[in-house]
Formats: sequence, structure tokens, C-alpha cells
Amino acid sequence: MQANSNRQVELPPAGKIRRGPPSPNPKKWVYFGFLFMLQLEIKNLRVAIGENEIIRNLSLSVGVGEMHAIMGPNGSGKSTLAKVIAGYPDYKVTSGEVLMDGENLLDLEPDERARRGLFMAFQYPSEVPGVTIANFLRAAMQSRLPEGEELEATDYYAKLYEKMDLLEIDRAFTSRAVNEGFSGGEKKRCEILQMAMLDPRYAVLDETDSGLDIDALKIVANGVNSLRGPDLGVLLITHYQRLLNYIIPDFVHVMVQGRIVRSGGKELALQLEEKGYEWIRDHAEEPVAA
Amino acid sequence: MSYGTAVLEEVTQSPEVNSDIISAPQEIARDLPAWFRQQREQGWREFSALPNPNRKDQAWRFSNVDALDLSPYRFGNAPSDDEQAEILERSSALNGKAGRLVFANDQLLERDALPESLRKAGVIFQPLERALIEHEDLVRKHFMAQPAALGSAKFAALHRAQVRAGAFIYVPRAVELDAPIEIFHWLIDENAAVFPHLLLVADEMSKVTVIEHFRSFDKTARGFACGVNDLIAGRGATVKYICAQRWNENVTALQINATTVERDASAMSLNLHLGGSYSRFESLSRLVGEGARSDLLAVAVAHQKQEFDARTLQDHVSPHTASDLLYKNALTDRARTTFGGLIRVEPHAHFTDAYQKVRNLLLSDDAEANSMPGLEILADNVRCTHGATSGQIDEDELFYLRTRGIPIKTAQRLIATGFLTDVIQRLDQDAIAAHLDRLIEEKFATDR
Repeated sequence: MQANSNRQVELPPAGKIRRGPPSPNPKKWVYFGFLFMLQLEIKNLRVAIGENEIIRNLSLSVGVGEMHAIMGPNGSGKSTLAKVIAGYPDYKVTSGEVLMDGENLLDLEPDERARRGLFMAFQYPSEVPGVTIANFLRAAMQSRLPEGEELEATDYYAKLYEKMDLLEIDRAFTSRAVNEGFSGGEKKRCEILQMAMLDPRYAVLDETDSGLDIDALKIVANGVNSLRGPDLGVLLITHYQRLLNYIIPDFVHVMVQGRIVRSGGKELALQLEEKGYEWIRDHAEEPVAA
Repeated sequence: MSYGTAVLEEVTQSPEVNSDIISAPQEIARDLPAWFRQQREQGWREFSALPNPNRKDQAWRFSNVDALDLSPYRFGNAPSDDEQAEILERSSALNGKAGRLVFANDQLLERDALPESLRKAGVIFQPLERALIEHEDLVRKHFMAQPAALGSAKFAALHRAQVRAGAFIYVPRAVELDAPIEIFHWLIDENAAVFPHLLLVADEMSKVTVIEHFRSFDKTARGFACGVNDLIAGRGATVKYICAQRWNENVTALQINATTVERDASAMSLNLHLGGSYSRFESLSRLVGEGARSDLLAVAVAHQKQEFDARTLQDHVSPHTASDLLYKNALTDRARTTFGGLIRVEPHAHFTDAYQKVRNLLLSDDAEANSMPGLEILADNVRCTHGATSGQIDEDELFYLRTRGIPIKTAQRLIATGFLTDVIQRLDQDAIAAHLDRLIEEKFATDR
């Protein structure tokens, strides 16, 4: 913001935002005594950190099989959104719902959400000293098995090596401690490796492109693309349009000051790239049309 | 409870008290050498004369000295045939080993001799009693030659008076053992007491690894263990010693170590403490020859109301010596740990490198970790650092694991295991490390 930097931006209520183009994968319906759509649905979500409201009445639906990108300037609340969906304990949801295939995620612990099919790739993955990738992933996969059932070691390693090859990760990596001393690119590849191993139904990828050089970006994008399919819904959070050259989204949403201010198809990302976030801010008072 | 002479008389007259370990030295075989008998009597006199530990004494600060009431304990019975068979069955830890001794209630149950080639090379691995006769001079020269300087002089004296089981190992010049030597000590029966002893002498340029396992036959029987191990690394020798302590959690245990490292020799000890209601461990490492190096490693996993107390002294006597201490404790519930450690650089020990690092991971609000690191530098041109830290599991790290579906308890356990593992890895012995890791995992698994 330059000339109008002091102007209080009035954002449209979330309900008025129109959806983007029709989905390439028609919505699936499931009957569990009642009907609901297979989707990750965020409804009128408000989140505060301490006194500050970070997410302000945000609504968004990611259908299984769809790739959604959320773009937005720094401080717009993108990472907070990702962490809230995953269940970060320090963030307070003041109102709204996050439903995964009809089930309210906000009632569940982070590990329960994950076991039900949610995955989050972190912008800054934690280092876990002394815990090897192999042991870490084995514990994660073991946690998905019924009580008393043991993970089959040969199958596990076969799958692990297959996914590592896909992401061009050296096999010696299995005995390294999770993220400890990893380069930025190694960390991000390791996140996607985990996603590939855990077969989530919905994945939230938070700034998976940040800190990557172009070669690493291509490898990570390849990994994500190879996991795309009718059984996976992805919410891709990014600051830059660059990633979307390699992972083509079905929908693009623009997030400013804690809410979605504009939604559209993949061309919206290009418009943003060309015109910058100022353009969205400047046009925020007008009815948003994709 | 007091161990003074007057009280002892009272104790022996009292019909309810059946403690024979503190009423008189145990009878021993007649053919043992006279000097050894004298040592026992001397030990007994010292034990009787020395005062009980007192928390006002810095060497016992923070320690629950009440745990050291020895009145309930007695010498245990010999295990029955069935028990012996079961103990032998359970006395296995490593696949490849050079030799094995198994003791239960201080009685020798089994001896797996060393391979022919090592015996021919002059390696001795014998029960102490036999070595006292067959290798009297060697044993005499080194037997408890270092005073217990870290607080437990009274208990070292008791050990000297009551010792009747243990191992003597001698590795001659330039002989290297590839596989480790294993020693098992078992406690069996309610209120049994044992006094395990290890004397390891590694001659010039030799190489040896020894692992001692301390275990209880019964999951809950109370017991008392008062062990001593003396390690001597001769010129250029490489000695590794591992203690895998997992007495049951009703055992009171004391372990007193003295390590002497001669010129260009290297000693590494790793003490894994998992069991015991109260377990105290004293380790004295003396760097007596130039170029000597000592690595002092320890791991404790403390839960419920367990207490682990470790006292160490890295004593740099000669110049150009190095010592590196790394102790890690993981504590949960209301468990307590204490570390009291001193680096002492003696007046002529210039160019010393000495490090001391203690890290505590507190997994509950009620756990208590006390650390008392210390330095005493009397020489010039030395590099010494010490530090003790206590912390809790990083919330972000925990969240990260949970977002992968790992339940909170498992995640905490995984993080705690990871926290401890670099100590184990320093051993650079994969098979032993795998065994120790498994013991740690089993300990954590009991908290499920």
C-alpha cells in the first residue's frame, strides 16, 4: 500500500464470495445415515491468538480430488489457517467449524485428525533430534493400525524406498534424525515423503515452496503431482505464484486480513503475479467476482 | 538406622532383624589369600566406624539417604534348580560375545569360557574367587586400589567386607578382543543383598569391551546391591565398559566405579540406569598418563518415585589429557535425579581438555532434576567447559509428531528416546547400542 496506506480496508462478508469454475472432479457424496459431501469444509471460522483476531469469518471448501491454492500477502493469516486445521493447541477458535467429510475436526486432537486422513506439510518443520526418519514414519504408520496389529516391516520399507526414489531422496536418509541438520530443500522433500507414506485424504501444504531453489521446487512439485488423484484434496498455501507453474491448481483463493477476498481459477494466480496484492486490496471494497 | 558399633549390637540382639550383611563379614573359603582376608576385616572395621551418609554433606546433598537403611537385607539363598534354569535362559543380551559369567545372589551359575585363541593369548576371564588363587599378584595389585572418594567410603568398605562374587578380566599386551565380554548379576528372593565386583585390567595396547547386566529375577522383590567396578586402561589400551542396570523398582542400588587411564590410553564407560527405587552411582575417572582420554557417559530413565543419584570426578593428574562427560536423564511422574560432578585439573596437568554436560528432560511437572556441576582448576592452559540444563519437551516438536497421527504418549516417548540416543551412539558399538535402546524402549513402554 502506498497512497492509501492508512485506509481501513473493508472486506466483503465471506458469504458473498462466489465459487470459482466448476470442479474437474464432480463432488462425491457419501451416505452415513445422512448425506454429506466428501470435502474439507471451513465454515465461518474465526481464530484468535491472544487478543488478536487472525482469521476473520473465513469459509472455504476443498473437495476430495481437488487442488486449491490459497495465496496472500505476509501476515494475512495463511499459516495460522493451516495450523488451526491441523489442531495447533495455542490458537483459539472463537467461532465456526472445520468439517472433514462431515465430522467436526475442532473436537479432535491433532493426532486423531491425522489418523482420520488429514495431513499438514509445515512451512518450518520441527527438528526431532535422535528420532530417525524410519522410526518416525513407522510410528506414524503404526498409529493407524488397530490395537495389537504390527506394521509389516518388509512392506513398510518397500513403500518407503519407492516413495524416496520418487522424491529423489537418498536411502541413507532413513537413518538420519528427522529434519536435524537438513537443508531447506531436504526438509520440504521430507514433508512430501511423509505425505506420500501416510496417504491422507486431505492435505494442507503450508508454503511448501519457500526456501527452495528451482531444482528442489521441481522435485517437490513432482512429488505432489504424483499424489494427485480423485482420492486426495489439497489446500496449497503459497506466497508466490511460482509454485503454481508446477502444481496447477483447480481453484485459487486470495486471502487478505484473515479472510478469502477473491476466488477464481488458475488464471487468478497469474493476474495476481502481474498486478500484485495491492490490486486485490484496492479492489476489495468492490463486490468480488471471479 | 545407624551402623555404629553400639547400635549393631542392639541390632544383632533383636530377633526381628535378620540382616546378616551388616552384622558380620560373610564366611569365605579357607584357601583365599591372607591379604584378602585382611582386606575384608579392614573393610568391616571401616564400615562400622564410618558415619552414615548425611544430606548436609555435599557428597549426599539432595540424596534420599533414608533409602540406605540396610536392616532388611540379608544374603540371599542359592537359587533352586528351576530358578537357575530360568535365569540362564534369561541371561542373554548380545548375539556375539567373547565370554559370559552369570551370577545369582552372588553365586556363580554359569561360565562360558573365552575362545581357545584368546585363552592361548593369555586373556584371563575368571570369577574373582578363582582369580584370587590363580592370579593372586595381579588381583592384589589392583583390587580396590582407588579409594571411594565421592561419598560412599562406607559402602565401599561394606563391599570390601562382603564381596564374594564377581569377575576378574585381564587382557595382555597388544591383545584385542573383537566381541564383548558379558557378565550378569541377578537378585533373587525378597530382601536379598549382592555385592557384585568387577576388576578389569587392560594391559598396554590391548582392547576390550565389557558389559555388566544387573537384573532382578522377580518383578517386585526388594533387594540391595552394592557393586564396585575398577577399570584399568594400561598404556595405549582401549577399554569400553557398559553397565546395563535394570534391577526391579524395589531395589536399592549403589555402584562405585574407579577408572584409571594411563598414558595414551582411552576409557569409555556408559552407565544405563533404569531400575531401582533408589540408585546411586559414583564414578571416578583418573587420567594419570599423558595423552589419556576418558569418556563418561550415562543415561537414566526415571519414573514414578524412582531416584537416581550420580556423582562424578574427572581427575586430570597428567598434562595433555582429555575427558568428556555426557549424562542425560529423562524424568517423569515424581521421579528425582541428582548429578554432582567435578572436573579437577591438578597442578601439573597443563593442556587439559575437560568437558562436562548434563541434560535433563522433564516429562512431568512434578519431576525434579538437581545438577551440581563443578570445576577445580589448578593448572594453566586448560580448556574446560561444563553445563547443566533442564527442559521440557518442545511444544512445536510434540505438535509436529502428533500431526502425523502419533498419539501424545507415544510422541513423548519417541522424543524422549531420541533425546537419549546420542549418548548411546557415542559408544560406537551397534549391537550393544541396539540392546540398550531396546531396554530404554521397554522402560518407556511400562508407562503406557
